[in-house]
Amino acid sequence: MAYLEFEGVGIAGLGAAVPRQIIDNLKYTTHFSAQDAADIVAKTGIRQRRFAAATTCASDLCFAAADSLLNDMSVDRSDIDLLVFVSQTPDYRMPATSILLQERLGLSKSTIAFDIGLGCSGFLYGLSVVYALMQQQGLRKALLLDGETRSKVYSPRDRKTAFLFGDGGVAALIDRDAAYGHSWFSLNSDGSRADLIKIEAGGYRKPSSPDTLVERVVDEEGNIRSDEQAYMHGADVFNFLLSEVPRDVRQLLERVGCTAHEMDYVLLHQANNYMNDYLIKKLKLDRERVPSSIAKYGNTSSVSIPLTLVSELGGKLKAHQRVLMSGFGVGMSWASAVLDLHNCHLSRIVEVD
Amino acid sequence: MEKQFLNAFKEALEIEDRDVALDDVFREFDEWSSLGQLSLIAMLDEEYEVVIEHAAFERLLTVGDVLKEVQKRLAS
Repeated sequence: MAYLEFEGVGIAGLGAAVPRQIIDNLKYTTHFSAQDAADIVAKTGIRQRRFAAATTCASDLCFAAADSLLNDMSVDRSDIDLLVFVSQTPDYRMPATSILLQERLGLSKSTIAFDIGLGCSGFLYGLSVVYALMQQQGLRKALLLDGETRSKVYSPRDRKTAFLFGDGGVAALIDRDAAYGHSWFSLNSDGSRADLIKIEAGGYRKPSSPDTLVERVVDEEGNIRSDEQAYMHGADVFNFLLSEVPRDVRQLLERVGCTAHEMDYVLLHQANNYMNDYLIKKLKLDRERVPSSIAKYGNTSSVSIPLTLVSELGGKLKAHQRVLMSGFGVGMSWASAVLDLHNCHLSRIVEVD
Repeated sequence: MEKQFLNAFKEALEIEDRDVALDDVFREFDEWSSLGQLSLIAMLDEEYEVVIEHAAFERLLTVGDVLKEVQKRLAS
């Protein structure tokens, strides 16, 4: 069992950025009928999403979120010793995007910077890695940047994914303070289900070629995509989620020695309303305490948990709140955490052109 | 169990204008879709605590095939 426990480290502040361009799913009818769109919106709860411009990357969204957060909180940038960037839509295959962000944010050359390439579980993985490194007294403050431009990953002509994904970026400032108390993480992986959500080509196993760029009909429903666009086997993902996520959450709560009812808020990865409603029911959660931003932003992969926190709890957080978080998806990879938010600063969401 | 299963199946796919029978080929229903499949998965989990993985599910054609698969898994 991969459990981690930390003490005296926490999120001092959180900022978020989204592209200015709003996609209204009910009008996303270039390739599908208005009726299809309406049916999908009704079931998934995804009314709008944000799409980044062709020239905007996940790192641009994270930069905007971080820049605004650091200014809002009057953070001395020379105090930041660690920068971790979580994404599966980096700027380049090399170098690591975190290093470009170190320079862009005006951080010192002595900053530790590296990327973590995970999807929907990524924020919690990233947070646990930052918390672990922050046990080192030599590190003063850390930035966890998490951004995705999933709009660029999926085919607009594959109905299984065309209406679900959106773009966004967040920045979390992490420091040490005894008042944060304890935090617990459970991290998991199942590579036997790597085929459930995947981009087949464009890496080194199946390099990019003229053939991998050809868009073709891939199933009896007439969905169209290339091997360089992602696919998702939604039914099997749901099967996976039903068996693994409730178990992971229950086991973590048992280990912490508390119940879901003792949580002030429960933040679930925003997959789609259908899946999330079922998880809420299965975990017997109090719906009032499970904020959702899916109608506004869709599924933003690893960004969805912190984006929901900023978008739905801004102005509502009390000085000290205990939250449960759970992220799950591509890998398959899933993670849950119980942690306390203590005087957590939430910046306003920034819009990026 | 059979009657209860047929009702649950009908409800999961939001079929309102008719009953479903064991030899119906559910993949040919107008109501069958990737979202309908999610509803069915949720129903099987909720009512029977059974998860049928994709590879096994793909081989099932009729409503009765699904019931047999559920019974087989409940027995094992």
